[in-house]
Amino acid sequence: MTAIAIDSQPKSVSPTRLRFRDSFRRHPTAIVGGVVLLLMILIAIFAPWLGTIDPQAVSPIRRLKPPSGEFWFGSDMLGRDVYSRVLYGARVSLAVGIAVALLSTLIGLAIGLVTGFIRWLDAIVMRIMDGLMSIPPVLLAIALMALTRASVENVIAAITLAEVPRVVRLVRSLVLTLREQPYVEAAVAAGTTMPRILLRHILPNTVAPLLVQATFVCASAMITEALLSFIGAGTPPNIPSWGNIMAEARSLFQIAGYLILFPGIFLSLTVLAVNLLGDGMRDALDPRLARRM
Amino acid sequence: MFAYVVRRLGATIVVMAVVAFVVFSLLYLTPGDPAAILAGDAATDDDILRIRAKLGLDEPFFVRFGGWVWALLHGDLGTSIFTNLPVAHLIGQRIEPTVALTVCTLLISVAVAVPLGVIAAAKVGTWVDRAVMAFSVLGFSVPVFVLAYVLIGTFSISLDWLPVQGYRPLREGVWEWFRHMVLPSTVLGIEYIALIARITRASILDVLAQDYVRTAQAKGLSSRAVLLGHALKNAAVPIVTIIGIGIALLIGGAIVTETVFAIPGVGRLTVDAILRRDYPIIQGVILIFSGAYVLINLAVDLSYMYFDPRIRY
Amino acid sequence: MIKLFRSTGLAFTAAVLAAVLVSGAALAQQKVLKFIPQADLRILDPIATTAYITRNHGYMVYDTLFAMDAKFQVKPQMVDKWELSKDRLTYTFTLRDGLKFHDGQPVRSADCIASIDRWAKRDALGQKLAEATESWSAVNDKTFKLKLKKPFPLTLEALGKPSSNVPFIMPERVAKTDAFKNIEDATGSGPFKMVKEEWVPGSKVVYVKNTDYVPRKEPPSWASGGKVVKVDRVEWIYIPDSATAAAALNAGEADIWEQLPPDLIPVLAKNKDITVKNIDLLGSMGMIRFNFLQPPFNNQKMRQALLYMVNQQDYVIGIAGDPKNGYPCLSYFTCGTPLSSEIGAEPMKGKRDVEKAKQLVKEAGYKGEKIVIIDATDQPIVHAQSLLTLEMLKKIGLNAEIQAGDWGTLITRRAVKEPVEKGGWSIFHTWLVGPDMVNPAVNFPIRGTGEKAWFGWPTDPKMEELREAWFNAPDAASSKKAADAVQKEAFEFVPIIPTGRFILPTAYRSNISGLIIAPINLLWNVEKK
Repeated sequence: MTAIAIDSQPKSVSPTRLRFRDSFRRHPTAIVGGVVLLLMILIAIFAPWLGTIDPQAVSPIRRLKPPSGEFWFGSDMLGRDVYSRVLYGARVSLAVGIAVALLSTLIGLAIGLVTGFIRWLDAIVMRIMDGLMSIPPVLLAIALMALTRASVENVIAAITLAEVPRVVRLVRSLVLTLREQPYVEAAVAAGTTMPRILLRHILPNTVAPLLVQATFVCASAMITEALLSFIGAGTPPNIPSWGNIMAEARSLFQIAGYLILFPGIFLSLTVLAVNLLGDGMRDALDPRLARRM
Repeated sequence: MFAYVVRRLGATIVVMAVVAFVVFSLLYLTPGDPAAILAGDAATDDDILRIRAKLGLDEPFFVRFGGWVWALLHGDLGTSIFTNLPVAHLIGQRIEPTVALTVCTLLISVAVAVPLGVIAAAKVGTWVDRAVMAFSVLGFSVPVFVLAYVLIGTFSISLDWLPVQGYRPLREGVWEWFRHMVLPSTVLGIEYIALIARITRASILDVLAQDYVRTAQAKGLSSRAVLLGHALKNAAVPIVTIIGIGIALLIGGAIVTETVFAIPGVGRLTVDAILRRDYPIIQGVILIFSGAYVLINLAVDLSYMYFDPRIRY
Repeated sequence: MIKLFRSTGLAFTAAVLAAVLVSGAALAQQKVLKFIPQADLRILDPIATTAYITRNHGYMVYDTLFAMDAKFQVKPQMVDKWELSKDRLTYTFTLRDGLKFHDGQPVRSADCIASIDRWAKRDALGQKLAEATESWSAVNDKTFKLKLKKPFPLTLEALGKPSSNVPFIMPERVAKTDAFKNIEDATGSGPFKMVKEEWVPGSKVVYVKNTDYVPRKEPPSWASGGKVVKVDRVEWIYIPDSATAAAALNAGEADIWEQLPPDLIPVLAKNKDITVKNIDLLGSMGMIRFNFLQPPFNNQKMRQALLYMVNQQDYVIGIAGDPKNGYPCLSYFTCGTPLSSEIGAEPMKGKRDVEKAKQLVKEAGYKGEKIVIIDATDQPIVHAQSLLTLEMLKKIGLNAEIQAGDWGTLITRRAVKEPVEKGGWSIFHTWLVGPDMVNPAVNFPIRGTGEKAWFGWPTDPKMEELREAWFNAPDAASSKKAADAVQKEAFEFVPIIPTGRFILPTAYRSNISGLIIAPINLLWNVEKK
């Protein structure tokens, strides 16, 4: 839940890849974050080959068994294998996180670029964004989920809608500052068309901060998915996601804590990894941003 | 400045009008039907149709929207479909716990986070700094309810120091009220503390690099005097900004916290209303939340004038 | 808005002042019973809804003319004496002395007649009674008559119906409210009074003892007998999170928990001060319900196929968790009641037969149509059944999927008659408490009245005939025979598939005694030390 708008001083020259990698090496935590994230993604992709069984196979007789040789992470209230569900759950949780980050960035970028330049549109759109932002994100997502049936796509859509305003804010502030730069003014004076200005001058300078923002949105989205599942407005229950595995088991935390422990650890580790990655990227791209955040 | 405030208030009204329209439209489109829920499990189609008619749910969009706005302008937030009680009354009943929770969390968070951030900034690069930063990243990464269960398990059940759930109104005693607020505020506040600590640290570091700070140090002021006297006040603007933005986060987190700790606040009221499709409550609450959010941010913006005399509206 | 701000502003100032004075006010020495109910009370009108929580509220503040005891006998409650004329067409009822409403007004015949009239407009059994009724008339304030067009043997059963909708007696002015509009006035003549000012919907309901109530002399048995209140005040504290509720009971912050998920029994068992008991011996029945208008379950063979697959053992364990609290019940009537039997239940007995099921599916001509199970994730009993059914359907090779939402969405969606592509459904699950399935009168899921039936809309004219026959059965023996015929038809036509019987236990602290063993949690007779 930490997608904050940064007011940054943009560069007129894009950071070189060399400097990027160099700074990165100086931040071991970011590397750890990246590695863990990669690991999770691999687990998600290769889940069927990692000793799992059908995550939806029920077996009520074998319910609530603690971790053992048969059920590595134990079995849940319907006898389903928690290990399999957690591994397959990585797919949904990561999919939600990455999809929301991508979508909200692209949509926010599009809106922000346009409103940054077209003033009259700016006023209207910003009022709408302000309005959307003033509704607490979780509440907005719940309300949107209540409108439709539970599905992974709808969860992604709902959380994206809640995150877009912040991205728009960021892009807009970037555009506003960039607009005043001498080279942009020169381009306008020279008669360059709007799309060209956007593409050649503005867009490249938004990439870095947006990338950083995207990682935080990803982390935030994964947590929001868990919260939505907790309330009962999240992904459909038979398809495991870390959020809804925990949600289904919440009343049992005193007698079968492992049901919450394992998905909780996986979720926290992944979110942590994404956050660290974002921190590292931000440090690498603009050390001055590091001190601000 | 007066003109500024008036302009901002005007913008507030526009924003809330947008929110009102969006919310009302969303609810209008919703497939959930309060009439079906009202009728109960054994009801027939006929029953539901007749209830819908009685509730006026079949009238066209603008008739319903217009009616709602008209009532709103008269101070009437509408009546709950299920309980037949006025929405204002329902919100009034439940606002104390939510406000108490939010204020408590705010106070605890700021009280913990700002010093943490200051210390981290003062000792930048050392293990203290790294520890604070590590903690802050961790704070964003653990879902609220997992933390809540762990804390309840430890402090309420194993140690039996604090109550498990519920809310005691202030008028029944400050001590009991406080005891019931400690766990929920801590749980809700962890994320907030993490955020504020980071911003505080970053902001102070930024200020410490400024020229006038070096001048103060050259003049012989102790580092503590520099830190607290100059740096903190000047670093205040971003910190206060984050506090303002964070209010929305708090309200969102309050929903889950209220559910786990069985606190009868507005967050839970809203979730229940959404799940039941009790439209008037949903409309009323969202309107009030966004109004509060916008006004708080206005207050935050105005407070800049105190912290940074250069800012004048 | 202004009212809101003013009231909250005042409230806050008062709160701050009180904080300064530091009270810690000791309430007067009152016996307060803290009860965690199964749901939160939102609707106060037990006629407008069948929701069990509203019914329970009804039992707190209202009284009934007749009531059922633990032996399924209907006993007079508000009625002192009653007579049936020789031609069985006229009932005469005389009320007891001293019956008063909470506002001090005495209970009169007019109140009773108006209340029954309103109840009969919504309740199925009431509608049957209304069909047979010629007129109700008040002889005087304490005596009134019911004149029937034809003999209706179930008259007293109807007036003493234990579960939704219960014919509670309200003041005439309240009972005159349209039957499709919720009442707001909770005035009744029952053993408790609701303190409406302290009602926080979704969180707390407060009742106080009705000191003017005149209980009967007999000991209490289910809803009949003397309703003696032994505490001063009752608070219903709704805690949505069951882990939190368990912790609250453990810590003594609540006294009774109406229904706990059996999985949490171990959490409470560790505490010596808490007893977990099955207060409700009848239990509840889970069920699978079909959409009879759309393929594939508009085909009887498809439904019958599932009879060979449903393993009630799996379902009850999935729902109740503990074999002690869940049993197979291969009957359409609540097991443990007079009309229940296993007649016609052969397909559900014995080892589960995947081959037979697949064969029936083939005979039905199943072409791979999509089957949509609508699920409610916020209702654990519904949810568990949905997941089990999905797996079962997949085992037979059917094209099934779950579409989840919350209970509100499910209730709305099941009213849709369209095919699944247009937002319709094929299967949903629910459950009913024992008293709601004891006989063909109250058991609404088996009715086959097509468009007018319960969601699913089965058309089974044979069932309707058999039901009529049961209504007209003159004595107990023929009533049982008629019920058996009804059940046989049910196993043929398959209006629902019963998934078993489960009991949700009650938990209470050691200083509580006097809980009545009944399928409904009744709070008179309960003592707190």
